[in-house]
Amino acid sequence: MKDMTFGTLIAVFEEIFGRGVFWAMVFVALLVTLTYFYVLIRDRAISWQKFLLAQLSMPIGAIAAVWFVMVVTNSRLANLGGPIDLIVFLGVALGGAIGMAILVYTVQSLFSDPRRLGDKS
Amino acid sequence: MTKLNATRRQFFGLAAGGAAALTVPQDLQAQVATKARIVIIGAGAGGTALANRLMKRLDGAEITLLDPRVQHLYQPGLSLVAAGLKPADYVTSLTADWLPSGVTLIPERAAAIDPEAKTVATDSGKALGYDFLVVAPGLVLDHDAIEGFSLDMVGQNGIGALYAGPDYAAKTWQAASKLTEEGGVGLFTRPETEMKCAGAPLKHTFLIDDIAKRAGNGGKIDVQYAAPQGALFGVPIVAEKVRMLFGDRGIDSHLRHTLKSIDAGAKRARFATPEGEVEMGYDYLHVVPPQRAPDVIRQSGLSWADKWTDQGWVECDKATLRHLRYPEIWALGDVAGVPKGKTAASVKWQVPVVEDGLVSAIAGTEPRETYNGYTSCPMITRVGRAMLVEFDYQNNLVPSFPGIIAPLEELWISWLMKEVALKATYNAMLRGRA
Repeated sequence: MKDMTFGTLIAVFEEIFGRGVFWAMVFVALLVTLTYFYVLIRDRAISWQKFLLAQLSMPIGAIAAVWFVMVVTNSRLANLGGPIDLIVFLGVALGGAIGMAILVYTVQSLFSDPRRLGDKS
Repeated sequence: MTKLNATRRQFFGLAAGGAAALTVPQDLQAQVATKARIVIIGAGAGGTALANRLMKRLDGAEITLLDPRVQHLYQPGLSLVAAGLKPADYVTSLTADWLPSGVTLIPERAAAIDPEAKTVATDSGKALGYDFLVVAPGLVLDHDAIEGFSLDMVGQNGIGALYAGPDYAAKTWQAASKLTEEGGVGLFTRPETEMKCAGAPLKHTFLIDDIAKRAGNGGKIDVQYAAPQGALFGVPIVAEKVRMLFGDRGIDSHLRHTLKSIDAGAKRARFATPEGEVEMGYDYLHVVPPQRAPDVIRQSGLSWADKWTDQGWVECDKATLRHLRYPEIWALGDVAGVPKGKTAASVKWQVPVVEDGLVSAIAGTEPRETYNGYTSCPMITRVGRAMLVEFDYQNNLVPSFPGIIAPLEELWISWLMKEVALKATYNAMLRGRA
């Protein structure tokens, strides 16, 4: 790849999803991440009860991400052919899992009463 | 747990700063002021990408593109259309939509080029003077060279021709899908001339074979590949790999077989071979015709006099792409008379070279960019897998991701690149951003 700069990558992603959708996705991802940090800072503690549910949701996120990539790209599991394929595959699954966990934790925190957190966490 | 003491305001301030840093525009090179008249023949991949980049580099230049085609074709997608993996409109867009404001698009063909008087005449008789000319009209598919074949046959009686455009690629799938369902002899060809994306005839062969086998009809098909050359691919190490894959898939190859004529009624194809004429029967035939430079190039005296004389590619330096006899002319893309490089990936490498040569000529500085023959082919070997084959003039493999993406391995990631990232990268290239 010639001149693979950060600008090139952004241009390529804009073309894959369309400029509006791509930046909307970046915005949503940033918003969820920021909100996650926001609730952590607000609560000054991790709620292990919420974290448990977040962890339980991780396999669902992983499967959803893999399913999405396979369907969109006309692929199937049998197409994995080398170490890099396995790394990409696991990366997709891990990304889906972590994304889902952050989302589930954040949503729970946003919709629960922050004053009750300290005692029950 | 350690308490986090950052205030909300500090936190969001930091986040906003980070986001702003990400959106700072890339450093732009200083613009060169000029009144130069630049004519670009062809608004395909090369012409469009170059026009976008020149608009960013030059201030005040008069840039004119000549191209009669309303539609822009994303040609790397044609092999996906011809395998039923994408619809025909996957490859089409509007030429005008990719062009920057400030350039003039004349929707006409170049009818004549006078390199001595530095003028280009259009179909309607308009004469355009130029200070610099970039020749990027693409190439011509010489379907008439195959006796008994015409484009209206594509899609019927088991005949395919995916190079001919999106609609023909879709019709090619109509004919090929019948083979994948009903079985029979699939006969896949390529021409003896230089051609765009020499991997595409192989991809089509691999894909149709794979689709038939996936449908459970592997036992009913007999896949044959016939090529005029002495090897299955121009780069020896890749040719060997393809030979092994053909062996693995049970695909028979017939080298030094040049398709000369077809008898569509009897479903027979005739080939010229060193041993004389050979006839082969087929149920599905994929025709890839000989490919040549457009007549206007050959008639204007821009072609090589001693190389590719039946094809007429532009005589140019293979590193700078500058014409060897007319220094104010550059060749770009398929029409360039260089040993490799008739792919969109090559165009991506060639455009910065022509841009640098042209801007340097205007600014009176020494050009620095050169083209090493880089050509890339995501060689699809089945639905879901491809080999990312990249090479240069010396037939060296030049992998973009050495140690990570092996060039001669059938990998899912290479398929993902073709399926997801290639068109996006191509579009970014058209806009001059990649």
